[in-house]
Amino acid sequence: MIESHATTQEVHGHRALQHHFENMEQQREAGTIGMWVFLVTEIMFFGGMFLAYALYRNMFPAAFASASNHLDITLGAVNTGVLILSSFTMAMAVYFTQVGKQRPQIIALVLTLILGLAFLGIKAVEYHEKYTDRLIPGHLIPGASFGPAVQEHDQPMDAHKLHLLPGATLKQVEMFYWIYFAMTGMHALHMIIGAGLLIFLIIWSMKGRFDPEYHGPVEVVGLYWHFVDIVWIFLFPLLYLLGRHFEH
Amino acid sequence: MQSWIPLIPDSASTFSWKVDALYFYLSGVTVFFTLLISAVLIFFTIRYRRRSPYEIPRPIAGSHKLETLWTVIPFVISMTMFGWGAQLYFEQYKPPPNAIEVYVVGKQWMWKLQHATGQREINELHVPVGRKIKLIMTSEDVIHDVFIPAFRTKADVVPGRYTTLWFEATKPGKYHLFCAEYCGMNHSGMTGSVYVMEAREFDNWLSGNVGNVTPAAAGQQLYQTLGCASCHGANGEGGRGPTLVGLFGRQTPLEGGQSVRADEAYIKESILNPQAKIVAGFQPIMPTFQGQVSEDQIIQLIAFIKSLPGGTASPGASPAAGTPAQSPAASGSPTQNIR
Amino acid sequence: MQPIESFEVPAPSKVNYINAQYGLKSWLLTKDHKRIALLYLASITFFFFIGGIYALMIRLELLTPQGDFLQSTTYNKVFTQHGIIMVFFFLIPSIPATLGNFLIPMMIGAKDLAFPRINLLSWYVYLVGGLITIYALLAGGVDTGWTFYTPFSTTFSNSYVVATGLGIFINGFSSILTGLNFIVTIHTMRAPGMTWFRMPLFLWSHYATSLIMILGTPVIAITILLLAFERVAGVGIFDPELGGDPILFQHLFWFYSHPAVYIMVLPGMGVISELVANFSRKNIFGYSFVAFSSIAIAVFGFLVWGHHMFVTPQSVYAGMIFSFLSFAVAIPSAIKVFNWTATLYKSSISYDTPMLYALGFIGLFTIGGMTGLFLASLATDVHLSDTYFVVAHFHYIMVGGTLMAYMGGLHYWWPKITGRMYPEGWGRFSALVIFVGFNLTFLPQFIAGYLGMPRRYHAYPPEFQVFNVLSTAGASILGFGMLIPAIYFVWSMRYGRHAEPNPWHLPGLEWRTQSPPPTENFEVTPIVTWEAYEFAPPEETEVVGRFGPELERT
Repeated sequence: MIESHATTQEVHGHRALQHHFENMEQQREAGTIGMWVFLVTEIMFFGGMFLAYALYRNMFPAAFASASNHLDITLGAVNTGVLILSSFTMAMAVYFTQVGKQRPQIIALVLTLILGLAFLGIKAVEYHEKYTDRLIPGHLIPGASFGPAVQEHDQPMDAHKLHLLPGATLKQVEMFYWIYFAMTGMHALHMIIGAGLLIFLIIWSMKGRFDPEYHGPVEVVGLYWHFVDIVWIFLFPLLYLLGRHFEH
Repeated sequence: MQSWIPLIPDSASTFSWKVDALYFYLSGVTVFFTLLISAVLIFFTIRYRRRSPYEIPRPIAGSHKLETLWTVIPFVISMTMFGWGAQLYFEQYKPPPNAIEVYVVGKQWMWKLQHATGQREINELHVPVGRKIKLIMTSEDVIHDVFIPAFRTKADVVPGRYTTLWFEATKPGKYHLFCAEYCGMNHSGMTGSVYVMEAREFDNWLSGNVGNVTPAAAGQQLYQTLGCASCHGANGEGGRGPTLVGLFGRQTPLEGGQSVRADEAYIKESILNPQAKIVAGFQPIMPTFQGQVSEDQIIQLIAFIKSLPGGTASPGASPAAGTPAQSPAASGSPTQNIR
Repeated sequence: MQPIESFEVPAPSKVNYINAQYGLKSWLLTKDHKRIALLYLASITFFFFIGGIYALMIRLELLTPQGDFLQSTTYNKVFTQHGIIMVFFFLIPSIPATLGNFLIPMMIGAKDLAFPRINLLSWYVYLVGGLITIYALLAGGVDTGWTFYTPFSTTFSNSYVVATGLGIFINGFSSILTGLNFIVTIHTMRAPGMTWFRMPLFLWSHYATSLIMILGTPVIAITILLLAFERVAGVGIFDPELGGDPILFQHLFWFYSHPAVYIMVLPGMGVISELVANFSRKNIFGYSFVAFSSIAIAVFGFLVWGHHMFVTPQSVYAGMIFSFLSFAVAIPSAIKVFNWTATLYKSSISYDTPMLYALGFIGLFTIGGMTGLFLASLATDVHLSDTYFVVAHFHYIMVGGTLMAYMGGLHYWWPKITGRMYPEGWGRFSALVIFVGFNLTFLPQFIAGYLGMPRRYHAYPPEFQVFNVLSTAGASILGFGMLIPAIYFVWSMRYGRHAEPNPWHLPGLEWRTQSPPPTENFEVTPIVTWEAYEFAPPEETEVVGRFGPELERT
């Protein structure tokens, strides 16, 4: 840093350098640290909901298992795959930006965007299923209050009916769905923001704004994207998988 | 009551002077350090005032010895406070086994109390001097808090839970009962009085309020009218449902290998949400009574179950009246609980 | 020996950050951290006066035991709104967003914060949050207490809980963005030679504060969001009617709100370190102890939330652990007090207004901190929680601590911020009035609290009246004392004596540029070759009672 002071004038050339930074290195570092700090706040943000989840899972194990069994594990698994793949394409986008290959970089960004949108689409399908099965808790949507059809013991299995395990009540199942919607909804909101950021990146790369010296924004959005993926990696087993062994 | 402005409230429980002692210790330390810091500050400020606009004092980097000293000394002092406070707290929150039980239900903005002998009170609590009293409390709506300054005790009253608080009054008199957890519009009106009476007076008071059904007896009646007897047996001896005799306070084995201690919260849960914990060897056939019984009635049912043999109280009989007239000198002297 | 002379400050140019551009737009769209600090200064002053009016209404009501001045519903709203405005819209942003914003880049020799646009955004976020809250207050107010305890706030209150919650939720992001900006700035923007241990302690305490802001604020944000949804949509994890646990809310709430206390007081401690060192021309006694105690407070502060819940159903053992940790977190604060006091030893103390505030702070903070021990101790807390003792305790920290430090800091840096001097005589006079008024307001409340007067009471038993009369009298003096600086600060902006670049003759970086500073703070990026608070050459340093030569830093 001491050296950089002397060389300020030479480096000042880059068009993307903001006036208050000494050089590109400092600007990039600030961006990266900033994103890491932001991700720490995100962890705390989701942490509150994870705490509530852990508490009530512990209090109402049977209800959580019943409700969890009713989630569509296939769609959930497909979505997990989609997200992991999108993380890969995002990493490729960062790499191609760093080495300055514009065309593969744009392709990787577009692929990431498509995968992200695919995730949101599948999520929407899942939400719609919950809506038709009347699993929306409270009166979040007016006129669609919580009241799923309950599977009777002697009836043949029906995928649209909720199979209540012994010891579970509908109130507690509703609690699970509230936590489910709060957590996945908050995650989906982050995905939507991420998709918005990707669109900006795509426009900027098409304009050729990034080069091996200036690629901070792609890196920072990459960090964010990976973080959102990791949140899902935690959500999927906690919401979809845990407690599945209760079933028969 | 003092004629001059008092600095500490009335002292009327076995606990109050102990809290006062700790309070005086803490106050002493506080006053000492405040005076010390202020005196040093004032001394330095005068002694080392700037005498010329050009003077520059010699820098002092610091002193590890001194800094260690004033890290360790506050730590040691604070640990004595911690130990003392924790030990008292422990004593205060471990309810004694042989206490007279009083049920308390808080609601916006009144206290409903009922003695084990059946007497009901609103915003008033009559207790005998020298007997251990245990309040079993719940709320119908928001969180309240029973606070009796003269007894130096306080506990939150939480909807959906049972909390307890105990004390032993040492001085007859009338004391404040406050709600100390903000509970809405008329929070400051949710106050009442605790009347501490000599044992004889208290018995008179009890007998002056005859004609009340004890909570246990009321619970027994409810037990019949709600149809509990058809499964749990006419006297709780069991049948299609598990026995209730001697249930209270016992470890109960559950379906699935776990077990649970049958306390107030468990019994309430089993009435309102019978499916939550199934006793080992029984079918989940009990219907829920959610919405059919009030907080008061649940407390009565609990009292009835407690009164079944093996529980903490004997059926029908009132614990207070059953062991009357213990002389206050024998059991209620204020110094009884000295460590 | 000469005092610190003016350093090679460039000849005062006519252009500074205030007159560089004109027009409302140049202020509302500014990315200059100094202008943003002034925007914050104006807005938090506005909120402070609203909160102050509520405080006076509370004191007027409590003058008599009967509830005669206000209706109980009104009173409940007044104390709730006093708390919400003061905590979320004055105390939390007070020092960081004004003095911190203005001085952090200057103290490390940077041209601006790392993210100037995010800095401006944080002010707008604050403003939007504040306006929504003001809307809620005007539309009908909120009566849950600033703590929003469930299930009262979710189910039973008929006031504007959701709108207020939304305001606080949005305002939280302003805190997060400010904290994020400070952390990144301190990490990456320090001038050449400005090492971590050459930083003024103001920066260490702001670094610790920022840590709490980014770690704690998201938790309150999600908690308030869940609470609002619970009210709007009838789904709930806090309402026992819905199978939820109202105590969970308290855990989540205090997990943020206890550290938030340190968000409020740590920057104040930073200011006091500056004042004590600079107005006694002495380096801080045990610099590294004071620096690390800030970090220790930030870390330990997250482990003690349970001491707000000793009388709620919480396991006895959890209570004991929280009590132990609460005593532990008191130690770093004690260290600071002792080190400040020791700094004065053999120093050269001036009696300028900022120093008077600093001395007041040390005394009041000692009382505030020590009375905190009564509440950390389990058995006394059972008696004292939710009484006026608690009210008195936290006002000693928040008003006697934070507000005193804020006022001291404002006087100290006023010449740098505005380029004008405040009137010294009036400054000293008002500092004295505020000190007396404050003590008269809150000392009697300790006694009323131990006697058992519960807080948030609109009417109270008559035996507590004498204490309340004293309090109300004190509050009037305090309110009068606060008006004096408000008047002379405004007056001085136009009529005050012009300030030199370094009116106090101090070595800090912020004094090595003109007053008010140019937009980019320094004409050339400074190279730092000196320690913090270096009044005399380091070779003159005296070392007392060290363990061994190798342990000594300087």
